[in-house]
This record gives sequence, C-alpha cells and structure tokens, in this order.
Amino acid sequence: MNTVQNFEIFAPKLVDRKEYFSAGHRACQGCGEVLALRLLLKGLGDDVVVANATGCMEIISSAYPQTAWLHPYIHVAFENAAAVGSGVEAGLKALRRKGKIADRDVKTIAIAGDGGTADIGLQALSGAMERGHDMIFFCLDNEAYMNTGIQRSSATPFMAATTTSPAGEAIPGQRTGKKNVPEIMVAHKVPYVATACPSYPIDLINKVKKAKAVKGPAYIHIFSMCPTGWRCASEITIKLGRLVVETGVFPLYEVENGKYRLTMEVPEKLRPVGDYLKPQGRFRHLTPSNIETIQERVNREWEILMNKIECMQPW
Amino acid sequence: MGKRIGMEVGIAAAEAVALCNIDVAAVYPITPQSHIAEHMADIIHDGRIDAEFITVESEHSSISACAGASATGARVYTATSSQGLMLMHEILPIVSAMRLPVVMGNANRAVSGPLNIWNDHGDIMPQRDSGWICLFTENGQEVIDLSIMAFKIAEDPEVMLPTVVNIDGFQLTHMIEPLEFPTQAQVNKFLPDRKPYATLHPDNPMTMGCFNMPDIFTETMKAKDTALWNSKKTIVKVFNEWGRQFGRKYNVVETYKAKDAETLILTMGSMGETASIAVDEMRKAGRKVGLVKLRLWRPFPVEELRAAIKGCKTLIVMDRAISFGGAGGPVATEIKSFLFHDKGRPRIVDFLMGLGGRDVTVGDFIAMVERAKNKKDETYEYYGVRE
Ligand SMILES: Cc1ncc(C[n+]2csc(CCOP(=O)(O)OP(=O)(O)O)c2C)c(N)n1
Ligand code: SF4
Ligand SMILES: [Mg+2]
Repeated sequence: MNTVQNFEIFAPKLVDRKEYFSAGHRACQGCGEVLALRLLLKGLGDDVVVANATGCMEIISSAYPQTAWLHPYIHVAFENAAAVGSGVEAGLKALRRKGKIADRDVKTIAIAGDGGTADIGLQALSGAMERGHDMIFFCLDNEAYMNTGIQRSSATPFMAATTTSPAGEAIPGQRTGKKNVPEIMVAHKVPYVATACPSYPIDLINKVKKAKAVKGPAYIHIFSMCPTGWRCASEITIKLGRLVVETGVFPLYEVENGKYRLTMEVPEKLRPVGDYLKPQGRFRHLTPSNIETIQERVNREWEILMNKIECMQPW
Repeated sequence: MGKRIGMEVGIAAAEAVALCNIDVAAVYPITPQSHIAEHMADIIHDGRIDAEFITVESEHSSISACAGASATGARVYTATSSQGLMLMHEILPIVSAMRLPVVMGNANRAVSGPLNIWNDHGDIMPQRDSGWICLFTENGQEVIDLSIMAFKIAEDPEVMLPTVVNIDGFQLTHMIEPLEFPTQAQVNKFLPDRKPYATLHPDNPMTMGCFNMPDIFTETMKAKDTALWNSKKTIVKVFNEWGRQFGRKYNVVETYKAKDAETLILTMGSMGETASIAVDEMRKAGRKVGLVKLRLWRPFPVEELRAAIKGCKTLIVMDRAISFGGAGGPVATEIKSFLFHDKGRPRIVDFLMGLGGRDVTVGDFIAMVERAKNKKDETYEYYGVRE
C-alpha cells in the first residue's frame, strides 16, 4: 500500500497546483470530504459547471455573500443534484448547438453526500444516469447525514452509532449494511464507475480524469472521512482512509463498461477490520464478537468483489 | 384575422411553445397534461424545433432540470398538473428566488385524495405563495397567446420570475376549438432571444444558490416580493404589445357587462365563458348582473379589481379550491382581506363549487345568484352539494 510514497517529490508533477476550491471555507478540521472535493476539482481542471446538493459541502462553502467555488456553481436543493445537473447539461448542449455560447466542451458534474445520493437523491440519480447525460456524479460518502447532525443513512456501515442509530442497550447501532451504490450504477450500464478515497490522491485524480474523458454518464463514489461525525481525532483522517482500504472495508476499484478492476495493490492478506474500527468513537461500543461479525461480512463482500473482478466481462 | 384551424387545446399549447424558440423542455406526463407532453415530444423528435427534451423520471426532477437549464441561460418550458405540481412544490419557491424565468403550463386538476383526475384549482392554490407569476386562461386562443406572452413576461430584465399559465384540465385541455396561430416570423418579432442576467458558464463563473443567514434572509424575501409586485407593470406592457401586434387585447382583470351591475360574478379560468352566457340570460330577464374574471392571480391585481367592482352591491366569488378549516376559498379570502378597509365595499359571497370536475352550468350560475340574494352573512358555502 505505498501508492503515495514520496508524495512530496512526485505530487507537484502529478497534481495540478491550481486550486479550484478556495481556502477559508468552514469545513471542520481534518474534514476528509472537503479534501475529496479539493482533489476531485483538481482532477477535473477547467471548463466545468457544478451542481451541488444540500449538505456539508454546500453549507461550508456558500454562505451569502461568500463562495469558495471558483467554477460556475449552482445549488438548488437536497435530493435533486442529478436532476439540476441534467438540466445544466441539456441547457449547455442546446445553447452550444444553437451557437449561443462558445463552441467548446464544458463538463457538467453533480455532487452530493451519501444521503443526497443513496437515499433521497437516488431516484434523481437513477433517472439522470439512465438518460445518459454527459455528466459525472460524485458521491461524497461520509456515511451519515453529517450536515444535520450525524443521522444514519443507507450508506452508514453495519453497527455504526449515529444519532438515529445509537448504540443502545437493545440495538447496538446501525442494523443494516451499507447500500452498494456503485453496483446500482453498474446496473444502469454507466460506462465508468469507480470508488476512490482522498488518502489515495493520485488514484482519485486519475479516476476523475478518466470519468471526464467519458462522453456520457460517469459515477465516482468517494469515501470521505469525517472526524466530527465519526467521533475521532482530526489528525487521523488520512490514516483512516488508508486503513479502510487496507482492511478491505472500502476497496478501490473501477468498472469500465462493466469490467471490474481493482486499482489498489491486491494484498496477500487483508488487515484485520479492528485496526480500522478501533480509533473511531462510532464503533466504540463494539464487542470482540461484534468485530468478528463485521470481519466476516467484510470478508464475504471482498470475495464477492473478487468474483466480479474475475468473472464480469465488458459489455 | 389569420386562418383559423380546429385543434385540441393541449396540443395547441405545445404548438404555441414550439413557436417560442425554446432550448430545453423537461416534462413528465400526467392526466390531463399528457397531450402537451406527448405533442412536445413529437415536435422535438420530428426535428421541427431545435431543443433538448429531457424525459425526466418525475416532476420533482422536471422542475429541478428546468432550474439547472434556465440557469445556463436557456429558454425553458415544463408542463404539469395536480400531483405533479404538488411534487414540484418544494422547488417552486427556489426557482423564483433564483429569478429563473421558467415557463410552465399547468393543466388544472383536483388534488388527491381521493384520487380524482378532473378539473378544479386545488393544485395551483397551494402554490400561491411560491413567488411565481400566475395567469389563468379561459379558452384555447388565450392558451396560445398567454403561453407565448409568458416567456416575454418571465424573461423581461425587470421581471426575471417564473410564470405559470393555468389551463383548466379537460374543460380546456381536451376541447377542440377554432384557433388562430401567429406565424413564426411574428413570434420572432414579438419574442426575441432571451438575454439572461447571469448564466452558468466557465467564461464568467458565478455561484448560484447561496444560503442566507438570518441577517439577510428577510431582505431577500422582501426583494422577491417587490419583484413580483413590480412585474405587473411588465405584464400590462406585454399584454398591450400583444394587443397592438395581434389585435387581441388582454387585461389583468377582464369584465363583461360589469359597468352598471349590482351583482357581479367573479371567476377564474374556463368557467368565465359559461358565466357570461348566464349573465346574458339574467340581463334578458332584466337583472343587473355582470361578470369579473381574474386573469392574473399573482401578483394580485388589486387596483384593477377595485375599479372593476366599483359600485356593485354583491360580489359572488366562485372558488374552485378549499382551504380546509379556514376562512373560505382562497380567492374570496384574498379579496375579502384586500377590501376589508374599503368603505362601501360589496357584500362578498363565497361559493365552493366545480370541484373535481363537477360541471358548473348556466343554470348553476343563475341559481347561485339567486342563493346569494338570500344569503345574509359572508361565510363560505358549498354549492350544489348532496347532503
Ligand atoms: C427534502 C429535504 N429533507 C431534509 C433536508 C435536511 N437535510 C439537509 S442536508 C441533510 C443531510 C445531508 O447528508 P449527506 O447527503 O450525507 O451530506 P453530508 O452533509 O453528510 O455531506 C439533510 C437531512 C433537506 N434539506 N431537504
Ligand atoms: S461534519 Fe464531517 S463532512 Fe461535515 S464538514 Fe465536518 S468533518 Fe467535514
Ligand atoms: Mg453524508
């Protein structure tokens, strides 16, 4: 797992120095979501229009009359980033065809949190992807509704404590497993689907570049560490992002035209999930047997993914 | 006068919009709007106009897509009805706050439950406070004319507000009427390309949709209210311009035999034509009855209404929507509050009728005028209801 070794030496060559999201925004210290945003914007470069959903990234960036966005940007509501993005894409397409705006490619992207993607925004996302708009949809997944106070979503992991899935005496946290949105996107025959994590910046940026090159829909699901919502120290954000990958809890892969490929080194043996769970307050209530159950689930999910990688043929 | 052709009004609405050089349409089908959606698709799929047709998966997405498209500077149209409009409800005030001149046709239909697909105004009234310009049409010709005028009003730099054209479901959308269309050249002259104030484009990056803290939210709300009130000037200007160019003059409040009337019936939408026949019959019988029709619902044409009802003793308001457990139908309630301080104001009688597609006939209007004579108080009353 040495993807980013010698980062200081190579990063300036690999990563755009230009910032597209200005400093001075209001994200918490150690916010992995805003780091994901900063990196994905670097991957995109210029000529982009952003449609953003309500959520942390909207609230920390756009208190009138200030904005952290250097790209053209629109926020309308919580559940409709994909639909607003659809309209932006269609509008730009028509205006360009009719000679009313400059004749060059401008990429539309839509951004939402896991709530705005996997829950309330799923219908709009499905519609937009099915219609085939030339648009990248980014899910910034911090595994709960953070903006409104750490309530569970369908992307909250099994047994994690949130304010609406508390670690109670009778029910120890989230009762369900994480909804697999990338798989739902593959089922839509989205030509490029990927997972990413800001602890692997080069991998993330490369995937964004690939997605940008697609003429049509693309989907990137970015694991976004949230020290505030996960009740952990802000300085371990990057480490947690590595651990989630090294334990196989959130594998890094991409799916090009239905063909799955792991983009991380295939480990000899996955690290035990406890390494990832233990530093986080949201998992503090777990017993050794709980951790064992989670380990079994992670192993099973990993096997399923490996099967896909082996068996799935490109369309 | 140009050539008249027979056409279903819903289809005519789509044909009128097709003359407006739209860039994007995002429409989700619902009875009785479906023919507008279907015909819009025909027009675009046949390549008759150069526009993107977004086959959204819901009305929430159609209005959201319209917002996104309008923000790029595109001319944008959508149409809906009833449940579809209710589903859009959340987004409507955002579109007006962002000053996006989306134009919408709404085929008025009752709102569930119970499910009922027929005509009343129960769908548009809950959108009253969304900050949209809200127009009503009485016949097919008005649907054509106002659908075109709506773009000019909405996009005017003094206005920049979304506009909804109400078309009574079935009673109007499914009627085949003799209609006159302006030519493409005439519409091009009347309605030039949209000149957006701000757009989403990398050449001039812009942040749209910032949130407001308490220190500025009230100011933003007042600005929107002021913009909506100010739009009336432009609405009247555009109506006049249309009158000059096409010979059909529109007013924000229309009247029929109202001048010397002691009793006035007030309607919105397609009921106006039936009511005018009732007025003719009552006039023949020597009754001083007239008719007032509200074409504009938002911004409310209060001065024009005052002028139209001056001197009348009884104003009978026909409300086709209900405010359950409230002061009455939304139209009468509104008028009562505007006229509250007016000395010598008419007695206001409020009938809730014509709900969920129930016909309101000439005989019904005459019966309501009779009933109003004997009604002592100003509380609302259901007309023609089986007890
Ligand atoms: C229709 C609607 N329901 C609920 C809300 C309240 N709300 C705003 S943001 C949010 C949660 C956002 O969660 P997520 O999408 O995961 O983004 P995050 O803040 O975690 O980045 C909720 C519930 C809303 N704005 N609109
Ligand atoms: S709550 Fe979490 S996602 Fe939101 S700004 Fe803070 S750290 Fe970032
Ligand atoms: Mg979240």
